Amino acid sequence: MPADIPSLYFLIVSALVFAIGAIGVLVRRNAIIIFMCIEMMLSAVNLTLITAAHYLNSLDGVLMVFFVMTVAAAEAAVGLAIFVLLFRNRKTIKADEINLLKG
Amino acid sequence: MVEQVFYWIAFIMTSMTALFAAVMVITRSNPISAAMFLVLNFVSVAILYLLLRFPFIAVIQVMIYAGAIMMLVVFVIMLLNVEEEERRKKIAVSLAQVISVVLVLMLCAQLVVGVGIQKIPGKHGAFTAEQLAEVGDVKAVAQMLFTTYLFPFEIASIILLVGIIGAVILSKKER
Repeated sequence: MPADIPSLYFLIVSALVFAIGAIGVLVRRNAIIIFMCIEMMLSAVNLTLITAAHYLNSLDGVLMVFFVMTVAAAEAAVGLAIFVLLFRNRKTIKADEINLLKG
Repeated sequence: MVEQVFYWIAFIMTSMTALFAAVMVITRSNPISAAMFLVLNFVSVAILYLLLRFPFIAVIQVMIYAGAIMMLVVFVIMLLNVEEEERRKKIAVSLAQVISVVLVLMLCAQLVVGVGIQKIPGKHGAFTAEQLAEVGDVKAVAQMLFTTYLFPFEIASIILLVGIIGAVILSKKER
């Protein structure tokens, strides 16, 4: 049975992927890559929830993952529409050249 | 015994692939290659779900993340036709970036220590792996989704509706 890999290892993989995604969000300047890193962080959190669901013999984590995926899909639709709109108006999607709210 | 060894090998290979793909996502300058490595990352996370004996969530992960969301992202990248970030002669690393990387590494160390010093807290449920294999995890998930989690399920449909309307309104050309 799979239960003899300690849950710690799955959680560490999840934490590392989450940290790499966070570094990408903070360091990269291309807005689409920032968006992809956010998706990666969401998926790392999903891995944590599934690990907890497996090792606690519970299904609540699985249902949480279900809802996180729903929100991620809606976020992708709206976020990418915002990028298209931004590119149409400003001709750039570099995060540090977008300063519409600066006044 | 043999099954155990293969399980460990599969776990190690898959997690290494996931980490490698994650590093590649944040280092590629071409957004299309970053997107392809992100698909690789999602698929390896789906294999980790399979190793945790949740095939339904693994299939959903491949369909929604690697299929639908990444299709949208690649489509938008091609639509915008962004020129590659030109390779700078000297790699301009600002102080803020260095500080942020250090802070994220501290966060990562805290996460690892935090999960390392104690077992997973929380209430144990009734669904052991044997029982799930007997019932089928699709059936078990569906049963909870339409009883305990019925209200969040309805709210999720409203979120999707708002997302659709928002995307249509935002990307409409005003005339």
